[in-house]
Amino acid sequence: MTGFRTLLYKELLRFWKVATQTLTAPIVTAMLYLLIFGHVLEDHVQPFPGVAYTAFLVPGLVMMSVLQNAFANSSSSLIQSKITGNLVFILLTPLSHWEMFSAYVLAAMIRGFLVGLGVMLITLLFAKLSFVEPLWIVLFALLGAAILGTMGLIAGIWAEKFDQLAAFQNFLIVPATFLAGVFYSVHSLPPFWLAVSHANPFFYMIDGFRYGFFGYSDVAPLTSLYVVLLFFLVLSSIAVTLLKRGYKLRH
Amino acid sequence: MAAIRIDQVRKRFGALQALDSVSLEIANGEFFGLLGPNGAGKTTLISIIAGLARADQGSVRILGHDVVTDFRAARRSIGVVPQELVFDPFFTVRETLRMQSGYFGISGNDAWIDEILHELGLTAKADTNMRALSGGMKRRVLVAQALVHKPPVIMLDEPTAGVDVELRQTLWRFIGRLNREGHTVVLTTHYLEEAQALCSRIAMLKTGAVVALDSTAALLKRISGSQLVVRLTTGSLPASLHHLLSHTEASSDTRQYTLRVNHHDEVEQILAQIRHAGLAIEDLRLHQADLEDVFIQIMGGRQ
Repeated sequence: MTGFRTLLYKELLRFWKVATQTLTAPIVTAMLYLLIFGHVLEDHVQPFPGVAYTAFLVPGLVMMSVLQNAFANSSSSLIQSKITGNLVFILLTPLSHWEMFSAYVLAAMIRGFLVGLGVMLITLLFAKLSFVEPLWIVLFALLGAAILGTMGLIAGIWAEKFDQLAAFQNFLIVPATFLAGVFYSVHSLPPFWLAVSHANPFFYMIDGFRYGFFGYSDVAPLTSLYVVLLFFLVLSSIAVTLLKRGYKLRH
Repeated sequence: MAAIRIDQVRKRFGALQALDSVSLEIANGEFFGLLGPNGAGKTTLISIIAGLARADQGSVRILGHDVVTDFRAARRSIGVVPQELVFDPFFTVRETLRMQSGYFGISGNDAWIDEILHELGLTAKADTNMRALSGGMKRRVLVAQALVHKPPVIMLDEPTAGVDVELRQTLWRFIGRLNREGHTVVLTTHYLEEAQALCSRIAMLKTGAVVALDSTAALLKRISGSQLVVRLTTGSLPASLHHLLSHTEASSDTRQYTLRVNHHDEVEQILAQIRHAGLAIEDLRLHQADLEDVFIQIMGGRQ
Protein backbone atom coordinates (compact mmCIF):
# COMPACT_ATOMS: atom_id res chain seq x y z
CA MET A 1 0.00 0.00 0.00
CA THR A 2 2.89 2.40 0.67
CA GLY A 3 3.84 2.36 -3.01
CA PHE A 4 0.32 3.20 -4.14
CA ARG A 5 -0.07 5.86 -1.44
CA THR A 6 3.21 7.48 -2.42
CA LEU A 7 2.34 7.62 -6.11
CA LEU A 8 -1.07 9.05 -5.24
CA TYR A 9 0.56 11.65 -2.97
CA LYS A 10 3.04 12.56 -5.70
CA GLU A 11 0.25 12.99 -8.23
CA LEU A 12 -1.73 15.17 -5.82
CA LEU A 13 1.32 17.26 -4.90
CA ARG A 14 2.09 17.71 -8.60
CA PHE A 15 -1.16 19.54 -9.37
CA TRP A 16 -1.38 21.20 -5.96
CA LYS A 17 1.97 22.93 -6.54
CA VAL A 18 0.56 24.57 -9.66
CA ALA A 19 -2.98 25.08 -8.33
CA THR A 20 -3.48 28.39 -10.14
CA GLN A 21 -3.28 26.55 -13.42
CA THR A 22 -4.88 23.28 -12.37
CA LEU A 23 -7.69 24.43 -10.05
CA THR A 24 -8.33 28.18 -10.19
CA ALA A 25 -8.16 28.59 -13.98
CA PRO A 26 -10.79 25.94 -14.83
CA ILE A 27 -13.11 27.32 -12.13
CA VAL A 28 -12.84 30.80 -13.67
CA THR A 29 -13.50 29.39 -17.16
CA ALA A 30 -16.66 27.62 -15.95
CA MET A 31 -17.83 30.86 -14.33
CA LEU A 32 -17.43 32.68 -17.64
CA TYR A 33 -19.59 30.08 -19.39
CA LEU A 34 -22.25 30.48 -16.74
CA LEU A 35 -22.24 34.28 -16.89
CA ILE A 36 -22.31 34.47 -20.69
CA PHE A 37 -24.72 31.66 -21.54
CA GLY A 38 -26.85 32.34 -18.49
CA HIS A 39 -27.17 36.00 -19.45
CA VAL A 40 -27.95 35.33 -23.12
CA LEU A 41 -30.28 32.36 -22.72
CA GLU A 42 -31.94 32.78 -19.33
CA ASP A 43 -35.18 34.25 -20.71
CA HIS A 44 -35.31 32.17 -23.91
CA VAL A 45 -34.76 28.57 -22.90
CA GLN A 46 -36.47 26.41 -20.33
CA PRO A 47 -35.17 22.87 -20.76
CA PHE A 48 -37.17 21.27 -17.94
CA PRO A 49 -40.51 22.54 -16.63
CA GLY A 50 -40.02 24.89 -13.71
CA VAL A 51 -36.20 24.87 -13.97
CA ALA A 52 -34.49 28.15 -14.91
CA TYR A 53 -31.83 27.89 -17.63
CA THR A 54 -29.01 29.01 -15.31
CA ALA A 55 -29.99 26.36 -12.80
CA PHE A 56 -30.12 23.78 -15.61
CA LEU A 57 -26.69 24.87 -16.83
CA VAL A 58 -24.90 24.60 -13.48
CA PRO A 59 -24.81 20.77 -13.15
CA GLY A 60 -23.68 20.52 -16.78
CA LEU A 61 -20.85 22.95 -16.18
CA VAL A 62 -19.87 21.25 -12.92
CA MET A 63 -19.75 17.86 -14.60
CA MET A 64 -17.89 19.24 -17.60
CA SER A 65 -15.27 20.69 -15.25
CA VAL A 66 -14.99 17.40 -13.37
CA LEU A 67 -14.55 15.45 -16.61
CA GLN A 68 -12.13 17.77 -18.37
CA ASN A 69 -9.91 18.20 -15.33
CA ALA A 70 -9.81 14.52 -14.50
CA PHE A 71 -8.66 13.88 -18.06
CA ALA A 72 -6.14 16.72 -17.97
CA ASN A 73 -4.56 15.48 -14.75
CA SER A 74 -3.62 11.92 -15.64
CA SER A 75 -2.85 12.68 -19.28
CA SER A 76 -0.59 15.66 -18.66
CA SER A 77 1.21 13.98 -15.76
CA LEU A 78 2.05 10.94 -17.87
CA ILE A 79 3.06 12.77 -21.02
CA GLN A 80 5.28 15.15 -19.03
CA SER A 81 6.96 12.25 -17.25
CA LYS A 82 7.43 10.45 -20.55
CA ILE A 83 8.86 13.42 -22.40
CA THR A 84 11.14 14.61 -19.59
CA GLY A 85 12.15 10.99 -18.99
CA ASN A 86 11.43 10.97 -15.25
CA LEU A 87 8.82 8.24 -15.69
CA VAL A 88 11.85 5.97 -15.32
CA PHE A 89 11.74 6.60 -11.54
CA ILE A 90 8.33 4.92 -11.44
CA LEU A 91 9.14 2.20 -13.97
CA LEU A 92 12.20 1.11 -11.96
CA THR A 93 10.15 0.48 -8.84
CA PRO A 94 8.13 -2.57 -7.74
CA LEU A 95 4.85 -0.66 -8.30
CA SER A 96 2.40 -2.97 -10.03
CA HIS A 97 0.14 -2.04 -12.95
CA TRP A 98 -2.84 -2.02 -10.55
CA GLU A 99 -1.11 0.39 -8.20
CA MET A 100 -0.14 2.68 -11.06
CA PHE A 101 -3.66 2.56 -12.50
CA SER A 102 -5.41 3.32 -9.23
CA ALA A 103 -3.00 6.06 -8.15
CA TYR A 104 -3.19 7.94 -11.46
CA VAL A 105 -6.96 7.58 -11.75
CA LEU A 106 -7.69 8.45 -8.13
CA ALA A 107 -5.50 11.58 -8.30
CA ALA A 108 -7.33 12.59 -11.49
CA MET A 109 -10.68 12.06 -9.76
CA ILE A 110 -9.64 14.20 -6.81
CA ARG A 111 -8.55 17.05 -9.07
CA GLY A 112 -11.81 16.75 -11.02
CA PHE A 113 -13.78 16.80 -7.76
CA LEU A 114 -11.96 19.84 -6.39
CA VAL A 115 -12.60 21.82 -9.57
CA GLY A 116 -16.23 20.63 -9.72
CA LEU A 117 -16.77 21.55 -6.08
CA GLY A 118 -15.23 24.97 -6.65
CA VAL A 119 -17.50 25.61 -9.63
CA MET A 120 -20.57 24.46 -7.72
CA LEU A 121 -19.87 26.57 -4.62
CA ILE A 122 -19.35 29.73 -6.67
CA THR A 123 -22.37 29.13 -8.90
CA LEU A 124 -24.56 28.88 -5.81
CA LEU A 125 -24.14 32.65 -5.64
CA PHE A 126 -25.82 33.02 -9.05
CA ALA A 127 -28.29 30.19 -9.37
CA LYS A 128 -30.75 28.50 -7.09
CA LEU A 129 -30.00 24.78 -7.10
CA SER A 130 -31.94 21.85 -5.76
CA PHE A 131 -30.37 18.56 -4.71
CA VAL A 132 -33.18 16.04 -5.18
CA GLU A 133 -31.10 12.85 -5.24
CA PRO A 134 -27.66 13.64 -3.75
CA LEU A 135 -26.54 10.01 -3.95
CA TRP A 136 -26.93 10.01 -7.74
CA ILE A 137 -24.98 13.25 -7.95
CA VAL A 138 -22.03 11.72 -6.09
CA LEU A 139 -22.26 8.41 -7.95
CA PHE A 140 -22.20 9.97 -11.42
CA ALA A 141 -19.48 12.44 -10.46
CA LEU A 142 -17.36 9.54 -9.17
CA LEU A 143 -17.85 7.41 -12.26
CA GLY A 144 -17.46 10.30 -14.70
CA ALA A 145 -14.21 11.39 -13.06
CA ALA A 146 -12.93 7.80 -13.01
CA ILE A 147 -13.76 7.35 -16.71
CA LEU A 148 -12.02 10.54 -17.77
CA GLY A 149 -9.05 9.85 -15.47
CA THR A 150 -8.74 6.46 -17.16
CA MET A 151 -9.06 8.01 -20.63
CA GLY A 152 -6.32 10.46 -19.67
CA LEU A 153 -4.15 7.57 -18.60
CA ILE A 154 -4.70 5.78 -21.91
CA ALA A 155 -4.07 8.97 -23.90
CA GLY A 156 -0.91 9.68 -21.88
CA ILE A 157 0.40 6.18 -22.50
CA TRP A 158 -0.41 6.34 -26.21
CA ALA A 159 0.77 9.87 -27.01
CA GLU A 160 4.44 10.39 -27.74
CA LYS A 161 4.27 14.14 -28.20
CA PHE A 162 2.28 16.99 -26.69
CA ASP A 163 0.48 17.68 -29.97
CA GLN A 164 -0.82 14.10 -30.14
CA LEU A 165 -2.26 14.53 -26.67
CA ALA A 166 -3.71 17.93 -27.64
CA ALA A 167 -5.39 16.27 -30.65
CA PHE A 168 -6.91 13.62 -28.38
CA GLN A 169 -8.21 16.36 -26.11
CA ASN A 170 -9.41 18.82 -28.77
CA PHE A 171 -10.93 16.39 -31.25
CA LEU A 172 -12.33 13.80 -28.86
CA ILE A 173 -12.78 14.93 -25.26
CA VAL A 174 -13.93 18.52 -25.81
CA PRO A 175 -16.48 17.76 -28.60
CA ALA A 176 -17.78 14.72 -26.71
CA THR A 177 -18.40 16.80 -23.56
CA PHE A 178 -19.79 19.86 -25.37
CA LEU A 179 -22.16 17.71 -27.41
CA ALA A 180 -23.30 15.70 -24.41
CA GLY A 181 -25.95 18.16 -23.30
CA VAL A 182 -23.96 20.47 -21.05
CA PHE A 183 -25.66 23.55 -22.52
CA TYR A 184 -28.95 22.09 -23.68
CA SER A 185 -31.39 19.25 -23.21
CA VAL A 186 -30.86 16.75 -26.02
CA HIS A 187 -34.63 16.53 -26.39
CA SER A 188 -34.54 19.92 -28.05
CA LEU A 189 -32.46 18.37 -30.88
CA PRO A 190 -33.74 17.05 -34.24
CA PRO A 191 -34.18 13.23 -34.23
CA PHE A 192 -30.89 12.49 -36.02
CA TRP A 193 -28.78 14.48 -33.56
CA LEU A 194 -30.76 13.08 -30.68
CA ALA A 195 -29.74 9.57 -31.83
CA VAL A 196 -26.13 10.69 -32.19
CA SER A 197 -26.21 12.10 -28.67
CA HIS A 198 -27.48 8.79 -27.36
CA ALA A 199 -24.40 7.09 -28.84
CA ASN A 200 -22.14 9.43 -26.84
CA PRO A 201 -21.23 7.91 -23.45
CA PHE A 202 -20.53 11.40 -22.10
CA PHE A 203 -24.22 12.22 -22.52
CA TYR A 204 -25.16 9.58 -19.94
CA MET A 205 -22.65 10.90 -17.40
CA ILE A 206 -24.04 14.42 -17.62
CA ASP A 207 -27.67 13.37 -17.86
CA GLY A 208 -27.41 11.07 -14.84
CA PHE A 209 -25.55 13.73 -12.88
CA ARG A 210 -28.22 16.32 -13.70
CA TYR A 211 -30.95 13.93 -12.63
CA GLY A 212 -29.52 14.02 -9.11
CA PHE A 213 -30.18 17.76 -8.96
CA PHE A 214 -33.66 18.05 -10.51
CA GLY A 215 -35.14 14.59 -10.57
CA TYR A 216 -35.58 15.13 -14.32
CA SER A 217 -33.47 13.58 -17.00
CA ASP A 218 -33.52 12.83 -20.74
CA VAL A 219 -33.16 9.07 -20.16
CA ALA A 220 -33.85 6.94 -17.08
CA PRO A 221 -31.00 7.39 -14.55
CA LEU A 222 -30.59 3.66 -14.11
CA THR A 223 -29.99 3.26 -17.86
CA SER A 224 -27.35 6.00 -17.64
CA LEU A 225 -25.74 4.26 -14.69
CA TYR A 226 -25.44 0.96 -16.59
CA VAL A 227 -23.99 2.64 -19.67
CA VAL A 228 -21.50 4.61 -17.61
CA LEU A 229 -20.49 1.57 -15.52
CA LEU A 230 -19.95 -0.52 -18.65
CA PHE A 231 -17.92 2.25 -20.26
CA PHE A 232 -15.72 2.49 -17.17
CA LEU A 233 -15.15 -1.27 -17.05
CA VAL A 234 -14.14 -1.40 -20.71
CA LEU A 235 -11.78 1.57 -20.44
CA SER A 236 -10.18 0.45 -17.19
CA SER A 237 -9.47 -3.02 -18.54
CA ILE A 238 -7.81 -1.42 -21.56
CA ALA A 239 -5.73 0.86 -19.32
CA VAL A 240 -4.67 -1.92 -16.93
CA THR A 241 -3.73 -4.18 -19.85
CA LEU A 242 -1.62 -1.43 -21.44
CA LEU A 243 0.16 -0.83 -18.14
CA LYS A 244 0.69 -4.54 -17.56
CA ARG A 245 2.17 -5.04 -21.02
CA GLY A 246 4.26 -1.90 -20.70
CA TYR A 247 2.82 -0.64 -23.99
CA LYS A 248 4.93 2.34 -25.14
CA LEU A 249 6.43 2.49 -21.64
CA ARG A 250 8.77 -0.52 -21.52
CA HIS A 251 10.43 -1.30 -24.85
CA MET B 1 23.31 -17.45 -5.65
CA ALA B 2 24.36 -15.07 -8.40
CA ALA B 3 23.59 -11.38 -7.95
CA ILE B 4 22.62 -11.21 -11.63
CA ARG B 5 22.20 -14.15 -13.95
CA ILE B 6 21.68 -13.35 -17.62
CA ASP B 7 20.77 -16.32 -19.74
CA GLN B 8 20.79 -16.29 -23.56
CA VAL B 9 19.28 -12.84 -23.82
CA ARG B 10 18.41 -11.60 -27.30
CA LYS B 11 16.93 -8.26 -28.23
CA ARG B 12 16.23 -6.79 -31.63
CA PHE B 13 15.22 -3.23 -32.53
CA GLY B 14 13.97 -3.40 -36.12
CA ALA B 15 16.91 -4.45 -38.26
CA LEU B 16 19.40 -4.01 -35.42
CA GLN B 17 20.32 -7.05 -33.33
CA ALA B 18 21.05 -5.08 -30.16
CA LEU B 19 21.85 -8.17 -28.06
CA ASP B 20 22.73 -11.54 -29.47
CA SER B 21 22.51 -14.44 -27.00
CA VAL B 22 24.19 -12.70 -24.11
CA SER B 23 24.88 -14.86 -21.06
CA LEU B 24 26.62 -13.54 -17.98
CA GLU B 25 26.75 -14.31 -14.30
CA ILE B 26 27.71 -11.66 -11.80
CA ALA B 27 28.51 -12.97 -8.35
CA ASN B 28 27.36 -11.50 -5.07
CA GLY B 29 29.64 -8.76 -3.82
CA GLU B 30 31.47 -8.26 -7.11
CA PHE B 31 32.46 -4.88 -8.55
CA PHE B 32 31.73 -5.71 -12.14
CA GLY B 33 32.52 -3.64 -15.23
CA LEU B 34 30.46 -3.75 -18.41
CA LEU B 35 32.51 -2.16 -21.17
CA GLY B 36 32.09 -1.64 -24.85
CA PRO B 37 31.97 1.07 -27.50
CA ASN B 38 28.84 3.15 -28.11
CA GLY B 39 26.10 0.98 -29.59
CA ALA B 40 27.55 -2.26 -28.22
CA GLY B 41 24.34 -2.97 -26.29
CA LYS B 42 25.36 -2.02 -22.75
CA THR B 43 22.41 0.24 -22.06
CA THR B 44 19.98 -2.22 -23.71
CA LEU B 45 21.28 -4.95 -21.42
CA ILE B 46 20.95 -2.69 -18.37
CA SER B 47 17.42 -1.74 -19.43
CA ILE B 48 16.45 -5.41 -19.64
CA ILE B 49 17.96 -6.13 -16.21
CA ALA B 50 16.13 -3.10 -14.79
CA GLY B 51 12.80 -4.02 -16.40
CA LEU B 52 12.73 -0.91 -18.60
CA ALA B 53 12.91 -3.10 -21.69
CA ARG B 54 11.92 -6.68 -22.35
CA ALA B 55 14.12 -9.33 -23.89
CA ASP B 56 12.84 -11.03 -27.05
CA GLN B 57 14.31 -14.28 -25.75
CA GLY B 58 16.21 -15.47 -22.71
CA SER B 59 15.87 -14.57 -19.06
CA VAL B 60 17.41 -12.38 -16.40
CA ARG B 61 17.36 -13.12 -12.69
CA ILE B 62 18.39 -10.77 -9.91
CA LEU B 63 19.22 -12.68 -6.72
CA GLY B 64 17.12 -15.50 -8.14
CA HIS B 65 14.11 -13.32 -9.01
CA ASP B 66 13.05 -13.31 -12.65
CA VAL B 67 12.80 -9.70 -13.85
CA VAL B 68 9.52 -10.38 -15.69
CA THR B 69 7.60 -12.99 -13.71
CA ASP B 70 8.84 -11.90 -10.27
CA PHE B 71 9.41 -8.24 -11.09
CA ARG B 72 8.52 -6.86 -7.67
CA ALA B 73 11.20 -8.82 -5.81
CA ALA B 74 13.66 -8.29 -8.66
CA ARG B 75 13.21 -4.52 -8.64
CA ARG B 76 13.47 -4.34 -4.85
CA SER B 77 16.86 -6.04 -5.17
CA ILE B 78 18.37 -3.56 -7.59
CA GLY B 79 19.08 0.16 -7.72
CA VAL B 80 19.69 1.65 -11.14
CA VAL B 81 21.39 4.95 -11.94
CA PRO B 82 20.19 5.79 -15.46
CA GLN B 83 22.53 7.33 -17.99
CA GLU B 84 20.20 10.20 -18.95
CA LEU B 85 20.15 13.15 -16.59
CA VAL B 86 16.43 13.12 -15.74
CA PHE B 87 14.53 14.74 -12.86
CA ASP B 88 11.04 15.76 -11.80
CA PRO B 89 10.89 19.57 -11.83
CA PHE B 90 7.97 19.73 -9.40
CA PHE B 91 9.87 18.61 -6.31
CA THR B 92 12.80 19.34 -4.00
CA VAL B 93 15.69 16.92 -3.46
CA ARG B 94 14.26 15.62 -0.20
CA GLU B 95 10.75 15.24 -1.61
CA THR B 96 12.22 13.35 -4.55
CA LEU B 97 14.08 10.93 -2.27
CA ARG B 98 11.14 10.44 0.11
CA MET B 99 8.86 9.62 -2.80
CA GLN B 100 11.39 7.26 -4.33
CA SER B 101 11.53 5.44 -0.96
CA GLY B 102 7.75 5.28 -0.88
CA TYR B 103 7.55 3.69 -4.34
CA PHE B 104 9.67 0.87 -2.90
CA GLY B 105 7.24 0.56 -0.01
CA ILE B 106 9.51 2.25 2.52
CA SER B 107 8.22 4.99 4.81
CA GLY B 108 10.15 6.78 7.56
CA ASN B 109 13.41 6.52 5.62
CA ASP B 110 14.83 9.88 6.69
CA ALA B 111 17.86 8.56 8.60
CA TRP B 112 19.14 6.72 5.53
CA ILE B 113 18.16 9.60 3.21
CA ASP B 114 20.17 11.97 5.41
CA GLU B 115 23.15 9.64 5.26
CA ILE B 116 22.98 9.40 1.47
CA LEU B 117 22.65 13.19 1.21
CA HIS B 118 25.71 13.57 3.44
CA GLU B 119 27.80 10.98 1.62
CA LEU B 120 27.03 12.51 -1.77
CA GLY B 121 27.56 16.09 -0.62
CA LEU B 122 23.90 17.02 -1.08
CA THR B 123 22.95 18.01 2.48
CA ALA B 124 23.00 21.75 1.73
CA LYS B 125 20.73 21.20 -1.29
CA ALA B 126 18.14 19.00 0.46
CA ASP B 127 15.35 21.58 0.26
CA THR B 128 16.28 23.00 -3.13
CA ASN B 129 13.97 22.38 -6.07
CA MET B 130 15.41 19.97 -8.62
CA ARG B 131 15.12 22.63 -11.35
CA ALA B 132 17.57 24.89 -9.51
CA LEU B 133 20.38 22.30 -9.29
CA SER B 134 23.45 22.23 -11.52
CA GLY B 135 24.03 19.23 -13.78
CA GLY B 136 26.53 17.70 -11.36
CA MET B 137 24.12 18.05 -8.44
CA LYS B 138 21.29 16.48 -10.46
CA ARG B 139 23.61 13.57 -11.21
CA ARG B 140 24.20 13.12 -7.45
CA VAL B 141 20.44 13.03 -6.86
CA LEU B 142 20.12 10.34 -9.54
CA VAL B 143 22.64 8.24 -7.63
CA ALA B 144 20.84 8.95 -4.35
CA GLN B 145 17.48 7.90 -5.85
CA ALA B 146 18.96 4.55 -6.86
CA LEU B 147 20.13 3.92 -3.29
CA VAL B 148 17.06 4.87 -1.20
CA HIS B 149 15.96 1.26 -0.79
CA LYS B 150 19.48 -0.01 0.08
CA PRO B 151 19.51 -2.35 -2.92
CA PRO B 152 21.82 -5.38 -2.66
CA VAL B 153 22.69 -4.83 -6.34
CA ILE B 154 23.65 -1.37 -7.61
CA MET B 155 23.86 -0.71 -11.33
CA LEU B 156 25.42 2.50 -12.65
CA ASP B 157 25.13 3.36 -16.34
CA GLU B 158 27.95 5.80 -17.14
CA PRO B 159 27.56 7.69 -13.86
CA THR B 160 30.66 9.81 -14.42
CA ALA B 161 30.00 11.00 -17.98
CA GLY B 162 30.69 14.74 -18.01
CA VAL B 163 31.17 14.88 -14.26
CA ASP B 164 33.86 16.86 -12.41
CA VAL B 165 36.72 15.34 -10.43
CA GLU B 166 35.18 16.11 -7.04
CA LEU B 167 31.96 14.26 -7.76
CA ARG B 168 33.84 11.29 -9.21
CA GLN B 169 35.88 10.99 -6.05
CA THR B 170 32.83 11.45 -3.80
CA LEU B 171 30.87 8.92 -5.81
CA TRP B 172 33.56 6.23 -5.88
CA ARG B 173 34.31 6.66 -2.18
CA PHE B 174 30.63 6.03 -1.36
CA ILE B 175 30.08 3.25 -3.89
CA GLY B 176 33.36 1.63 -2.77
CA ARG B 177 32.12 1.67 0.82
CA LEU B 178 28.82 0.05 -0.19
CA ASN B 179 30.73 -2.59 -2.16
CA ARG B 180 32.91 -3.37 0.87
CA GLU B 181 29.72 -3.68 2.92
CA GLY B 182 28.55 -6.40 0.55
CA HIS B 183 26.59 -4.62 -2.19
CA THR B 184 27.20 -5.89 -5.70
CA VAL B 185 28.12 -3.09 -8.10
CA VAL B 186 27.76 -3.17 -11.88
CA LEU B 187 29.30 -0.28 -13.76
CA THR B 188 29.38 0.81 -17.36
CA THR B 189 31.81 3.53 -18.27
CA HIS B 190 33.86 4.86 -21.14
CA TYR B 191 36.65 5.82 -18.72
CA LEU B 192 38.72 2.66 -18.81
CA GLU B 193 41.15 3.77 -16.12
CA GLU B 194 38.14 4.04 -13.83
CA ALA B 195 37.05 0.49 -14.67
CA GLN B 196 40.62 -0.78 -14.24
CA ALA B 197 40.92 0.84 -10.82
CA LEU B 198 37.50 -0.24 -9.50
CA CYS B 199 36.30 -3.43 -11.15
CA SER B 200 37.44 -6.87 -10.11
CA ARG B 201 35.91 -8.46 -13.20
CA ILE B 202 35.00 -7.12 -16.60
CA ALA B 203 32.81 -8.12 -19.52
CA MET B 204 33.36 -6.49 -22.89
CA LEU B 205 30.46 -6.16 -25.28
CA LYS B 206 30.78 -5.64 -29.01
CA THR B 207 27.81 -5.39 -31.41
CA GLY B 208 25.53 -7.09 -28.93
CA ALA B 209 27.76 -10.02 -27.95
CA VAL B 210 30.14 -10.68 -25.07
CA VAL B 211 33.64 -10.76 -26.59
CA ALA B 212 35.63 -10.92 -23.35
CA LEU B 213 34.80 -11.93 -19.80
CA ASP B 214 37.55 -12.21 -17.25
CA SER B 215 39.03 -10.78 -14.09
CA THR B 216 40.62 -7.39 -14.64
CA ALA B 217 44.02 -8.83 -13.70
CA ALA B 218 43.72 -11.64 -16.25
CA LEU B 219 42.60 -9.21 -18.95
CA LEU B 220 45.62 -7.03 -18.26
CA LYS B 221 47.89 -10.05 -18.52
CA ARG B 222 46.72 -10.53 -22.10
CA ILE B 223 49.06 -7.71 -22.91
CA SER B 224 52.02 -8.85 -20.89
CA GLY B 225 54.52 -6.44 -19.48
CA SER B 226 55.07 -3.02 -20.97
CA GLN B 227 55.39 -1.49 -24.36
CA LEU B 228 58.39 0.38 -25.66
CA VAL B 229 57.45 3.05 -28.16
CA VAL B 230 60.39 3.98 -30.38
CA ARG B 231 60.48 6.66 -33.04
CA LEU B 232 63.44 6.47 -35.42
CA THR B 233 64.92 9.53 -37.19
CA THR B 234 65.27 7.60 -40.46
CA GLY B 235 65.11 4.04 -41.77
CA SER B 236 63.05 1.12 -40.50
CA LEU B 237 63.18 -1.30 -37.61
CA PRO B 238 65.79 -4.11 -37.91
CA ALA B 239 64.18 -7.44 -38.92
CA SER B 240 65.58 -9.06 -35.78
CA LEU B 241 63.13 -7.00 -33.69
CA HIS B 242 60.01 -7.59 -35.77
CA HIS B 243 58.85 -10.48 -33.60
CA LEU B 244 58.43 -8.05 -30.70
CA LEU B 245 56.12 -5.71 -32.61
CA SER B 246 52.83 -5.15 -30.89
CA HIS B 247 49.73 -5.13 -33.01
CA THR B 248 47.56 -3.34 -30.58
CA GLU B 249 48.08 0.04 -32.11
CA ALA B 250 47.93 0.79 -35.80
CA SER B 251 49.88 3.97 -36.32
CA SER B 252 49.96 6.21 -39.34
CA ASP B 253 53.49 7.18 -38.35
CA THR B 254 55.69 4.77 -40.33
CA ARG B 255 58.78 5.56 -38.29
CA GLN B 256 57.17 4.77 -34.95
CA TYR B 257 57.14 1.23 -33.57
CA THR B 258 55.54 -0.29 -30.50
CA LEU B 259 57.47 -3.25 -29.08
CA ARG B 260 56.44 -5.66 -26.33
CA VAL B 261 58.80 -5.73 -23.36
CA ASN B 262 58.49 -8.34 -20.64
CA HIS B 263 61.41 -7.23 -18.48
CA HIS B 264 63.06 -3.90 -18.21
CA ASP B 265 66.49 -5.38 -19.07
CA GLU B 266 65.14 -6.24 -22.52
CA VAL B 267 65.01 -2.52 -23.23
CA GLU B 268 68.83 -2.42 -23.13
CA GLN B 269 69.07 -5.22 -25.73
CA ILE B 270 66.54 -3.57 -28.06
CA LEU B 271 68.37 -0.27 -27.94
CA ALA B 272 71.68 -2.04 -28.60
CA GLN B 273 70.29 -3.74 -31.70
CA ILE B 274 68.94 -0.45 -33.05
CA ARG B 275 72.36 1.21 -32.51
CA HIS B 276 74.07 -1.78 -34.10
CA ALA B 277 71.91 -1.34 -37.23
CA GLY B 278 73.21 2.22 -37.43
CA LEU B 279 69.83 3.82 -36.68
CA ALA B 280 69.20 6.89 -34.51
CA ILE B 281 66.34 7.24 -32.06
CA GLU B 282 64.33 10.46 -32.13
CA ASP B 283 61.91 9.68 -29.31
CA LEU B 284 61.52 6.90 -26.80
CA ARG B 285 59.00 6.09 -24.07
CA LEU B 286 58.07 3.11 -21.95
CA HIS B 287 54.35 2.53 -21.62
CA GLN B 288 52.76 0.29 -19.01
CA ALA B 289 50.04 -1.76 -20.66
CA ASP B 290 46.61 -0.82 -19.35
CA LEU B 291 42.98 -1.73 -19.86
CA GLU B 292 42.73 0.64 -22.80
CA ASP B 293 45.31 -1.44 -24.70
CA VAL B 294 43.38 -4.61 -23.91
CA PHE B 295 40.14 -2.93 -24.94
CA ILE B 296 41.57 -1.77 -28.26
CA GLN B 297 43.04 -5.20 -28.93
CA ILE B 298 39.75 -6.95 -28.20
CA MET B 299 37.66 -4.46 -30.13
CA GLY B 300 39.94 -4.98 -33.13
CA GLY B 301 42.04 -1.88 -33.29
CA ARG B 302 41.27 1.81 -33.15
CA GLN B 303 38.41 2.80 -35.39
